[in-house]
Amino acid sequence: MAEAKRIERPLSPFMFVKYYRLQLTAVTSVMIRITGNALMVATLLVVWWLLALAAGPEAFETAEWWITSWVGNLVMFGSLWAVWYHYLGGLRHLVFDAGKGLELETAEKLGWGCVYGSVVLTVLTVIIYWI
Amino acid sequence: MRYLTDRKRAVGKGSAHAGAEHHWFMIVSSVALAFMLPVWLIVFGRALGSGYDAALATMSRPFPAILTALVLIVGMVHFQKGAQTMLEDYVGGTPRKLLVMAFNAFGYLMIACGIFALVKIAL
Repeated sequence: MAEAKRIERPLSPFMFVKYYRLQLTAVTSVMIRITGNALMVATLLVVWWLLALAAGPEAFETAEWWITSWVGNLVMFGSLWAVWYHYLGGLRHLVFDAGKGLELETAEKLGWGCVYGSVVLTVLTVIIYWI
Repeated sequence: MRYLTDRKRAVGKGSAHAGAEHHWFMIVSSVALAFMLPVWLIVFGRALGSGYDAALATMSRPFPAILTALVLIVGMVHFQKGAQTMLEDYVGGTPRKLLVMAFNAFGYLMIACGIFALVKIAL
């Protein structure tokens, strides 16, 4: 009875490459998704850090050693950029949702704004950490 | 004059019939996160690598503890809904269902572990 007729439907992102030339607005939008979901790794590390802090000095030592290690730093600073990119990309979508900034020229400017802005904000945040 | 609002025309459309609510939730949570995240990044980033005693002192104060809890809860529910949209786009059938469950479980697990840790640290 539940045997519904199965139709082979195309699954995203089937449009890319073959039917659709990648554009700045599309790439910058996909990057929001990638950065947002990649932040799972940083979340895991932050929660581990919190649990270790609650568990005591020994567990904390281990967690902090990993998180501030060469690999850990790469993940954390990469995630810092990812968070800022996702942040600016999200703001861009709020502007789009309000029905503004949808003209091609403005939309592309907002896309570049996310790319450059995220780098600037990352550097700015690191500077704030150091002072 | 149009009597129907944009929202009203979108409600109930699409295969899930819940897209309008889902989308509105993402807007609400993103605005909340937009206010909280910059502050949290500074608070957490300064605590990270400051040593056990300093980190403990920071995270047991009300403001950092409550802010961290809020960022974690709102952030993870925002993540769950966003990840679900991604999975619905790229995966189909049973793998989709299992992955949606797994990603949602991850979000709840992070919230529960984080809150447990914060309570233990702060109290």
